[in-house]
Amino acid sequence: MAKELSKEELLRLYREMVLIRRFEEKSAELYAEGKIGGFLHLYIGEEAIAAGACVALRDEDHLLTAYRDHGWAISRGLDPKAVMAELLGKATGVSGGKGGSMHLASAERHYWGGHAIVGGHLPLATGVGLEVRYNEKKAAVLCVLGEGTTNIGYFHESVNLAAVWKLPVVFLVENNQYGMGTEVGRASAVTNIFEKGCAYDIPNKQFNGQDIFEVYETLEEALEHARENGPVLLEAVTYRYVGHSMGDPERYRTKAEIEEWRARDPILRLQDKMTAKGWMTDELAQEIAQSVEAELKEIVRFAEESPEPDDEALCKDVYVNPIPHR
Amino acid sequence: MAKMTVREAISQALREEMYRDERVFIMGEEIGKWGGTYAVTRGFLDEFGEKRVKDTPIAEGVIVGAAVGAAMAGLRPVAEIMTINFAFLAMDQMVNHAAKIHYMFNGQIRVPLVIRTVGGGGRQLGATHSQTPDSVFSHFPGMKVVSPGTAADAKGLLKAAIREDDPVLFIEHATLYQAKGEVPDDEDFIIPIGESDVKRVGKDATVVSYSKGLQLSLDAAEKLAQEGIEVEVIDLRTLRPLDTRPIIESVKKTNRIVVVEEGWRSYGIGSEITARVQELAFDYLDAPVRRVAQAEVPLPYNRRLEQSALPQVPDIINAVKDVMYLK
Repeated sequence: MAKELSKEELLRLYREMVLIRRFEEKSAELYAEGKIGGFLHLYIGEEAIAAGACVALRDEDHLLTAYRDHGWAISRGLDPKAVMAELLGKATGVSGGKGGSMHLASAERHYWGGHAIVGGHLPLATGVGLEVRYNEKKAAVLCVLGEGTTNIGYFHESVNLAAVWKLPVVFLVENNQYGMGTEVGRASAVTNIFEKGCAYDIPNKQFNGQDIFEVYETLEEALEHARENGPVLLEAVTYRYVGHSMGDPERYRTKAEIEEWRARDPILRLQDKMTAKGWMTDELAQEIAQSVEAELKEIVRFAEESPEPDDEALCKDVYVNPIPHR
Repeated sequence: MAKMTVREAISQALREEMYRDERVFIMGEEIGKWGGTYAVTRGFLDEFGEKRVKDTPIAEGVIVGAAVGAAMAGLRPVAEIMTINFAFLAMDQMVNHAAKIHYMFNGQIRVPLVIRTVGGGGRQLGATHSQTPDSVFSHFPGMKVVSPGTAADAKGLLKAAIREDDPVLFIEHATLYQAKGEVPDDEDFIIPIGESDVKRVGKDATVVSYSKGLQLSLDAAEKLAQEGIEVEVIDLRTLRPLDTRPIIESVKKTNRIVVVEEGWRSYGIGSEITARVQELAFDYLDAPVRRVAQAEVPLPYNRRLEQSALPQVPDIINAVKDVMYLK
């Protein structure tokens, strides 16, 4: 059963969502300055999903995501300094500077990776679920994917196998309306993504991803179902305010549409609800914003001042047991 | 020592490792109730139960992917892909996941996974079921690839693969399962991954091969010996990481080398060996390196056409005579 989120918990979550948003905005700046290379997929607009889901996720549970992963890493408890250092390719990054923005992970926190091949992590999540059942542990696996991923073969292979073997996997679709620049209806025959769960006879549900209360309660119930019974398919309806990656010309949508979604902003929504309970004031919000700015400054300082990986890192960890080419 | 077939050797290795380590389990298409389409896992379901012998749907992507995930979480899966031709459907999991995860996440995650599969032509299965694409799978750093040619090596290499902390692709050959050989009884008998082996000592020319090609090469060497030509036969056993030391040593002695593989010549195993030999032993060569390989066609169904496309013992004999300028 989902618990009532306390004032302290909500204040923590509010701050976490603000931190993720500012982290992402700062990342965009650093990208523009050339300090972050490669691809950069921002989570702005979707923060309530990672923050809310990770409250329901226990330490012994597992998490796998796609490449829009900064928010997930932070909510799962990875050090934001080490996340930013990874974005800057530094040795102190969560993946030692060898993974980059799309490949954050922490074995210790059971975060088995941000993965950059669309759909590729669904079979992995199924396999992690297999380990849970094999060793008769009581844990769930949260597998986060975009709605575009529900059209790839891996989705069907993985959900089917998880259902046949009753594996404890919650497949959580973040439906942000566009797979890169292609809107749902132009790519998927079924636009209510959650209905795809019917094909595999597993519980399925659509919910408002912009409302952290709904996120938390839905995930709490789904993860418990997974632990006890088997897989669940969830669809969080959400939106990303910024492009798919940096340099997205965004010809596929209108400014008006973005503004419409901004009016349903997950942070403002939480702020309003807390204000109604008397748990939030403009002053307090201001205070939190300032404390986030101070932390962000420290995050960026740490990342910028961290060393690059040394030359030895290049050939390290190709294998656990390396055999020299001879 | 006991005399047994390659099939029995592989089966015995699997069984012993499953008894040795509770984390080892097998999964794949038709490996349980059916007993494996090549009968390698016959009886395993009754012996170990459904927890450790998992029949899967026909879905190679999730077979390999779920095995990778289970390995990441601490199990030691042996996933079977019914034939290597279907491994292309799992290529993304092998290449983009199994081979990358340890490195990409800075060594914090391990993938102790074995993928068993079988390749090779010669059984009139047509173009899509007869391939030997071993070189394709050997291209990627992060994956280890082994392919035994004898019963003893099959057992020792499979046990090594299962005990390995890295992902290993274990490629069997469809026409070698009945081949017999002496196999040590020791339950810790291991053939280390990454070591080539001199299977026959000779002085006149070096023949390098592996898997089915090894058997053909040994047959050719036997026939050449009757003509007074002593061929040294080297078995690669591991395709990645490649061990060229015995090859280079041999070439320095014989000054002539033929590489035999069942796959296609272009971008093949022989191409790689040839390149290494010219890098490491150029001055020792008395003749250009010869490659014996499959004709560059999709394998036809017709028996006569298929056999003419595959490397045969006379092709190897001719190639050896070529590098010795005996024709």
